[in-house]
Amino acid sequence: MANFDQELDASGLNCPLPILRAKKTLSGMESDQVLRIVATDPGSVKDFEAFARQTGNELLESGEEGGKFVFLIKKA
Amino acid sequence: MSDEKKLAIIATKGTLDWAYPPFILASTAAALGYETEIFFTFYGLNLLKKRLDLQVTSIGNPGMPMPMPMPVLLQALPGMQGMMTTMMKKKMKSKGVASLEDLRELCKEADVKMVACQMTVDLFDMNPSDFIDGVEYGGAATFFEFAGESDICLYI
Repeated sequence: MANFDQELDASGLNCPLPILRAKKTLSGMESDQVLRIVATDPGSVKDFEAFARQTGNELLESGEEGGKFVFLIKKA
Repeated sequence: MSDEKKLAIIATKGTLDWAYPPFILASTAAALGYETEIFFTFYGLNLLKKRLDLQVTSIGNPGMPMPMPMPVLLQALPGMQGMMTTMMKKKMKSKGVASLEDLRELCKEADVKMVACQMTVDLFDMNPSDFIDGVEYGGAATFFEFAGESDICLYI
């Protein structure tokens, strides 16, 4: 998996917490930096796609790793 | 004029379950860049209290999942509401659902504007000092000033 600048473990959290934590972490990052998010909420797969489309932050990768969902988001 | 999208919510219910939609939608909308306002009226004003003591009940709510089938008259026994509330809170915690206090705090951090309906505050003799900080007061016209410019308007 590609490089990232910061990581957020949202395991065990349910909607809308993974999105809210991701937003908060991203707001403390620089443009073009990449955030890696690990989540267990199955709803987060669609939610992070929607989050990226609406906020302009780019969803570089979305996949599954060891039963968890992993996302890479590049800050706009 | 900003091109920011706007979400206006009217929160009218004061139970543990129905307190979630306004705070979930408002905090998420704020994270997506919406300017968001919640207008709390009638029982929704309970969501503004510093000490949240919201309850859930299956009475009049046949859709609520129960651990076992139970006649309505039994559900009405003293202590049942407290038990259901405890069970619901435990279930939410075990599933990683945020507490209402946390969601409300996230809304505040994201600058969600919270307006209490002055008329119902007076009607129920509620004490504004029981409410969290940062609450504004207004009436229907105050609400429409924001809602009239909103892209989404929800009555919950």
